[in-house]
Amino acid sequence: MDHEAAPSAVHHHSPPQGFIWKYIFSLDHKVIGKQYYFLSLLAVITGMVLSWLMRLHLAWGTAAIPLLDKLSPNGAPGGVMTPEYYLSLMTLHGTIMVFFVLTTAPQAGFGNYILPIQIGAEDMAFPRLNMLSFWVTFVSFVTLVSSLFVSDGPPISGWTAYAPLSALGSAGGPGLGRGQILWALAIATFCVGSLLGALNFIATTIDLRAKGMTLSRLPLTCWAWFITAILSLLAFAVLLPACVLLILDHIGGTSFFIPAGLVVSDALQPHAGGSPLLWQHLFWFFGHPEVYIAIVPGLGIVSNVLACTCRKPLLSYRVLVGCMIAIAFLSFTVWGHHMFLSGMSPYSGLTFSVPTLFITIPAAIVCLIWLGTVYGAKLRLNTFGLFAIGFISVFLTGGLSGFFLAQPSIDTYLHATYFVVGHFHFVMGVAAIFGMFTGTYFWFPKMFGRMMNETLGKIHFWLTFIGVYCIFMPMHYLGFAGNVRRYAAFTDDYMLPLIPVHKFITVAALTTGAVQLIFIFNLFWSMFRGKLASANPWEATELEWSTPSPPPFDNFGGQHPVVYRPPYEYNVEGATAEFIPQFTPDPVIKA
Amino acid sequence: MSESDVAMTESTWSGGALPYAISSKKLGMWLFIVADSITFGAMLVAYAYLRVASPDWPIPFKFNPSIINATVMTFVLLSSSITMVAAVQAAKEGRVRACVGWMAATMFGGVLFDILHIREWLGLIHEGVRLFQNPWGSPLFGASFFSLTGLHMTHVTLGVIYLAVVAIGFGRKKFSADDVEISGLYWHFVDLVWMFIFPLVYLISARLR
Repeated sequence: MDHEAAPSAVHHHSPPQGFIWKYIFSLDHKVIGKQYYFLSLLAVITGMVLSWLMRLHLAWGTAAIPLLDKLSPNGAPGGVMTPEYYLSLMTLHGTIMVFFVLTTAPQAGFGNYILPIQIGAEDMAFPRLNMLSFWVTFVSFVTLVSSLFVSDGPPISGWTAYAPLSALGSAGGPGLGRGQILWALAIATFCVGSLLGALNFIATTIDLRAKGMTLSRLPLTCWAWFITAILSLLAFAVLLPACVLLILDHIGGTSFFIPAGLVVSDALQPHAGGSPLLWQHLFWFFGHPEVYIAIVPGLGIVSNVLACTCRKPLLSYRVLVGCMIAIAFLSFTVWGHHMFLSGMSPYSGLTFSVPTLFITIPAAIVCLIWLGTVYGAKLRLNTFGLFAIGFISVFLTGGLSGFFLAQPSIDTYLHATYFVVGHFHFVMGVAAIFGMFTGTYFWFPKMFGRMMNETLGKIHFWLTFIGVYCIFMPMHYLGFAGNVRRYAAFTDDYMLPLIPVHKFITVAALTTGAVQLIFIFNLFWSMFRGKLASANPWEATELEWSTPSPPPFDNFGGQHPVVYRPPYEYNVEGATAEFIPQFTPDPVIKA
Repeated sequence: MSESDVAMTESTWSGGALPYAISSKKLGMWLFIVADSITFGAMLVAYAYLRVASPDWPIPFKFNPSIINATVMTFVLLSSSITMVAAVQAAKEGRVRACVGWMAATMFGGVLFDILHIREWLGLIHEGVRLFQNPWGSPLFGASFFSLTGLHMTHVTLGVIYLAVVAIGFGRKKFSADDVEISGLYWHFVDLVWMFIFPLVYLISARLR
């Protein structure tokens, strides 16, 4: 029996030699974390370019976009995209952003790099599995993007792949044949990668904590990654069989999601007997927790960084952890609020509406704890602090519009309008992205051993902050005016007066996108030319700041760190130092 | 946090220990089982949903041969769980030969289960059941039957391979008794899943006349 195996015995492997084992098939969680980070960076740039193409088409529907006809002669003859191609790009934009950016970077990227160091471990619990999860995710990304280059492009069924459209095969429209199969394969593969990753995160957090790292001393980031991993383990396990059934509908001739008697383009479909609603149930049982998989790491990162920015402990650590757990739990009870208009019984609508409104309680408490922490604090406003406060702003804005959508009676009008687009881009998209920016500016010195440029960082923050409000705030007005989403062109009488708003949004999106070049420049320039970073440049308290920047291969140079106190001891009464790191032994605190 | 928390307490969850007193590998297997049971759960829910929504769901299984065959399969699989328990016990007591023998018996049970199951499949295919049609009613019967039992059969087959790898490794002293126990967890899980599939797929689809 090896029950006595010390947690530190996990790091069986020695430092690798040679480029391939060091940087490509590395088992080191730090390299894997960076691999995930750069994969997400590639994905977010791809997704953003797709959104520019869509925005250009929405505002100037007849303008030719250079090079687009080279990418897809059928989808964009002469550079003007067809309505179907618009939908293809929209599917790809949504899928890339949700899976390969929002799910990948905050959890698998930062989590992989920081979690083991923050709990005082030498690596993740299963280093080999960790490498496998990254490469599975990478293959999934390549599979998805390859759909751009098959016969008729990516599927037109959206990132939610609603059946029966997604299950019909090429009879249903462009991209629904091979493109849709590639989509389903990519997502099924992604599920496998995420499940392996989630398993690894949970086992690591439970088993590998250093001596003294009790659960109530875990930094809030670790709590967030732990909770997110549990969500992933339970949610992706449902999406996986759903994708397999979808693939069977395509290649096995089954009809799980295709009802009897369906006529498409005057042709009766050979499939019979299935239920399109079943896909929606399976998809949203995953899809709603997925929203929290994207945002909970952000909650953790922002809480962690806010304590450092405000130089005081968070208002209530325990309540904050409780709220994150409550949000995570409730997320499994509300998937039907995406389906109010799907033909589900109206009584079910009510059952899903009530827990949805309940989620606002823990979410509001989290925001109040943040605001209460900021209140009266002597802020040290670095770029990461600005992004953390920006996160609170966009999270609140997006959360407030959620009130409207959570009620079936109001949702009946607003569903499938730009109001929803504005809502989820704020609360899930921009908020999570702000969480990633916070994490990047905060941990960059640790990850790359150099400092980022603060001036460029602050310019980046203010322009981005104003930019995202210019893009997504007007969408709420568009929604109230009845502007439907997922349309490639707005030619109806009542929508024509809204075109100037769309033009404004497009200009704002292009500008805000261009602003990100400042970030990209700052990132890569600082990586090679930035000022060298000390071990603890932000005077923060968690374990990762006890080790050099960047940390050695085994994170702590052969030492086994011991934890003596809770994570956020800034300006503690009676203490001799302004901040007391977790690894500082007892006597220092009692003067 | 008060100062009392600052004092180091030697509790299970205070770090530097394995809180469940099991290796990370075993914890990993338990987490895999959690995820996998959710996957099976989703498949069973999908099956239930489609069954309830289809007015012409067929009830095709006759007592002889289908239910008899499925009962024998259940008996074989449950027996292989008993031999697995014996293998784990032998491994813990360090009786290598006995352990490998019991694991071989378990694998035999798994293979026999697969053979009986394939015979069952072939019988249904002979009667005209396909993924997309069957002679009796909703075409979804074949789709859900084959995908559910197929997923389970895949688990049994992979389990046999997994057990073989562990048995050989344990015989050569490359794997520990803990590894045998972990493979046992997987095997019992596969067995337990069958205990849901047997009544939900076979027994409620049986014609008892």
